[in-house]
Order: sequence, then C-alpha cells, then structure tokens
Amino acid sequence: MKLWTKAVLTVAALSLAACTDPGGFGNDDDFGAGNGSDLGSSADPSSIAYFQEAVGDRVLFLVDQSTLSEQGRLVVLAQANWLMQNADYVAVIEGHADEQGTREYNLALGARRASAVQELLVSQGVASNRIRTVSYGKERPIEICSEESCYAQNRRAVTVLTANLSG
Amino acid sequence: MRLFATLVIGILTVGQFAQPVVAQGQPLRIEITDGVIEPMPYAVPDFVAETPGSNQVSKDISRVIAADLNGTGLFREIPAKAHISSITNFGSPVQFADWKAVNAQALITGGVSVSGNQLEVKFRVYDVFAGTELGSGLRFKGTTDGWRRMAHKVADAVYARITGEGGYFDSRVVYVAETGPKNNRKKRLAVMDYDGANLQYLTDSSSIVLAPRFSPTGDRVLYTSYETGFPQVYVLDVGSVRRKVLSNESGTMSFAPRFSPDGKSVVMSVTEGGNTDLYKMDIASGKRQRLTSTPSIETAPSYSPDGSKIVFESDRSGTQQLYVMSAGGGEATRISFGKGRYGTPVWSPRGDLIAFTKQNKGRFHIGVMRTDGSEERLLTASFLDEGPTWSPNGRVIMFTRETRGAGGAASLYSVDVSGRNLKPVKINGGGSDPAWSPLQ
Repeated sequence: MKLWTKAVLTVAALSLAACTDPGGFGNDDDFGAGNGSDLGSSADPSSIAYFQEAVGDRVLFLVDQSTLSEQGRLVVLAQANWLMQNADYVAVIEGHADEQGTREYNLALGARRASAVQELLVSQGVASNRIRTVSYGKERPIEICSEESCYAQNRRAVTVLTANLSG
Repeated sequence: MRLFATLVIGILTVGQFAQPVVAQGQPLRIEITDGVIEPMPYAVPDFVAETPGSNQVSKDISRVIAADLNGTGLFREIPAKAHISSITNFGSPVQFADWKAVNAQALITGGVSVSGNQLEVKFRVYDVFAGTELGSGLRFKGTTDGWRRMAHKVADAVYARITGEGGYFDSRVVYVAETGPKNNRKKRLAVMDYDGANLQYLTDSSSIVLAPRFSPTGDRVLYTSYETGFPQVYVLDVGSVRRKVLSNESGTMSFAPRFSPDGKSVVMSVTEGGNTDLYKMDIASGKRQRLTSTPSIETAPSYSPDGSKIVFESDRSGTQQLYVMSAGGGEATRISFGKGRYGTPVWSPRGDLIAFTKQNKGRFHIGVMRTDGSEERLLTASFLDEGPTWSPNGRVIMFTRETRGAGGAASLYSVDVSGRNLKPVKINGGGSDPAWSPLQ
C-alpha cells in the first residue's frame, strides 16, 4: 500500500538522521570517564585517570540497598580527600541498579545510592555545589549477564569528574 | 498525525432489502465473563468493491477486520477457501444455508467505494444460525489514507455487537523503541496503531527516553528524557512532535508521569536529595503540589478513572507495595498483601481493577487485583515482565517482556485480562514501556 511505503521511507530517513547526528548526552557515554575532560596520566595524582585507578571512582551496593558498605565508605572518604585537594574538579555521582526491579523503582533506588555518596562527600567538607547526582536506574548496566556476578557490578554509584572550566 | 479527522459514521438506511426478523433461540453472543474457551467461528468474505479501483482496498479492509477479530482469541475465521458461497453484491439477500454449512456463526459483509481520495465503507453483521442481521448496517466515510482506521472501526463495531463490550482496535500505542546491546541500548519514542501498523518515531535516540503515557484524548504524550543529562518529565504534542520540559528544577529528577483524567495536570515522582515523592503539577501554570512527604520511595502513580484517587507504589513498609490515596494526597491505604514485591500499578479504564508488576522468588508477573487488593490473579510469569497498560475497553493488557542473559532484549506482549491469549505484539525491533491510547 501507498501508506506503508510512505511510512517505511519516513523510518529510513529518520534512521539515517540518527546515524549522522553528532548526538547529545549519552551517545558516547562510556559510564564514568566524564564528558570531554582530559583523563590525563594515572602517574599524575591530580588527573582523572589517577582518581579512577588509584582512588577508586565507584562503590558497589547489596541488593535493594543504598547503605555504603565499610569498603565503600573508605572509597568515598578517599574520594573526598582527593576532591578537597583538587578543587578544580566538579563531580556528578551516577547511581545505578541491576536489572532485577521495575524501571521506576530502580530510578529511585539509583538516586538513593548516588545520594548516599554525595552526603558522605559533603560531610567530609566537599562543597555541595561541586557535586550533583543523577540516577540511571537499570538503564546503563556495565555488565550484561543475568547472574549475580554481573548484578553486583551494576549496583553501583560512580563519581564522574569534570574539570571545572568556570572555576 | 491525524490521518482521519473527517471520519463520518452513518447508519445505513434499512429497507434496501427484507427487514430482519426477530431472533429465535439463543442470540449470537460471546459472554466474555463466562470464560470463553472455544472461539466463535465467523466469516468475513472480501468486501465488495463497488467502484473501479477499490478492489485492493476492499480486500485489505477485510483482512484487517479479520486480523483484529482473530487477534482477540475470541473469534476464529472460516478461511475463504472453505466458503461455498460468495458475496458479490452488498445489497443482495444472504444465503444463510451456505454459511451455516461451513459452520460460520457470524457473517460480516461489506461494500467499499472510492471516489478520488474519499473512501466509503459499509458493512452488516449477521447471526447466521438465526438468519437475522445483528444490529443495523453502518457506513463510514473518510479519506483513503485512513482505510486501516475504517477497518478497525468496523471490527470494533462487530466486537461490540457480539460481546456487548466496547472495542479497542481503533487505538494506538506509544512505546520506547529499542536497538543495540544491553550495555549500549538506544531508546526512542515511537507511536503505532495498536496492531503495529503506521509506525512513527517521535524522538531520535540521542537521549534515554522512558515510559511514555498518552493524554486522555490521545493528542499528547508525557515521557521522561535525559535530554539535559538528568531525567526530567516532558510533554509532547503527537501531531506536531513539539515537546516541552514540564519539570526542570536544578538538582532534582522527575519521572513516572501520568495525566489526570481531565488532562489538565500530571502526577509524577520528583527526587530531591535522594528521596522520591509524588507531586501533582498543573500543566498550564506549572504550579506544583506535593502529595507525599515520607523518607521512602513513592513512585508509579496512576489515577482512578474518576480522578478521585491515586494508586502508587511505596517501600514505606520496607518493600515495594501498592497503596491507594485520595488524589489530593494524605493518608494512604495499603492494598497489596501477597508474597513478594508489587510495583507499577495502573487503574483500569473501567475502574474495577488494578494491573501491576509483581516480583516473587526471582520471577516477574503481570497481575490484576480489585481496587481494594482482593482477588489477586497473576496473568503471566517470566524472567522479567513489567509495566502493564490497559486496552481502552479494559479487556487486554500490554506490557514489556525482557529476556534473560547477555543477549537479553525487550519486546511487547499482550494478554487478555482472563490470562488467556498471551502473545507478542508485532513491532519493528525491540520495544518497552507501552502505553495504550484511548479509543480514537
């Protein structure tokens, strides 16, 4: 039918447009490397690469929990320490959930996890206006199997740094 | 895109041929509530092409009607090759004996004429065994572009006459079209006819989009987008595809929006400082009213059809459960008490049931319960089923089913509220978060 042909053509045109679209937020999201900030060398203690590798940019959570583990707490304390010494960076804390849960609940759960990290950072003296939080719920898993080994990695809060250009 | 703004419905003038006699014996009727096991056999011979050039569209219309009726699981078509009689003139008397002989209990006949871009479809439904017409003939007029909608209108009328309930075929579904692997999934809003035809994308895939919801008149869609980097609720005009952000306060997230039944306000979740509560927002003024104030998660709100109540999920008891409160907020009554966790409640358009997602022992279910939480029934079970949406007549539920593992993908399924007729909805690629429009 004529109508169908038209619909198919429209779809094709849109797909083409999507392919050439330079893309907005999320298109090249590699889950924690920051947007457009130079990672630098991990040998440089004030680099994002150092933060990710030596300090640790993420903490993991138990099923349906948003309380920091003792290990998680130590990582966030180290993050706070680093952020206090490297005032040129701002951070977005991304909260995530595994796939065992409904979409809306997982968004809210990811927000709790991100907030748990934010609160500890602020309590250690990091200025609250340097930290924002966002939840991706179950939308951005890093591990894709449907086993606890993957779920454990996906239940995370990642501190994503950006060089503060305005500062 | 309104394909069909000019639809005209007229009742055919009776008197072209013999007046129907009063039905004898059992009337032709499917009592859905009785638990139909055996689908009703019927015939829908190709509609008669009454003008040159209407041959193909006549056949196509008959096929869409058959697909609608067969898809319900309540009807079984007697295929054309089994017919021993044919309908070559819409006005001629029906040879009931020929249709009885092939065991067609119902017969649908029609005529189609095309003039320029104008299309006219008329039809009649017969109770073959009683030898009578069921209801009066109807005539639909519109443009040729809208031929599928006219076919759905005919099927809705047939469904309504035989079941005594409203139809749902002339409706649309908005959903999230998905492509790509689990760890790099691209999502975009798409709208289609309920049967998958006339697919149209409403956004590109540059930002994550979630859970679109139709307005009560089907002209607008609420959804959540990460366009700004943070999830916020948007409202989109389906015709123009223009969108505007509804709630964009720095430092907050908003999601899980749903229209009020009058279409003037939105109830949604807003997260601030890690805590998620329910808010109502007036669309015109942007004024926000807080409905819940607890340290727990309150989300997935849905209005009762009369607008007086809201059902939502909360983990205030320690696990996700369903609650009902007044639309203005205040005390909430817990209604879910079974084993497991309950989420994403949706009030049925009839007002009598609430559909939900249930998680128990590592499995997901779509279920329904009465609005006081009684008579819980689970309709599905799988690795991951979630996000039910009701057909406009409250008979069918569509939902997301996601498969397990590294290659896991999301698709749309539908199931009758009785639990029968579970089947995938034909879509192009992956899909999630369907929302059914009202009848158009």
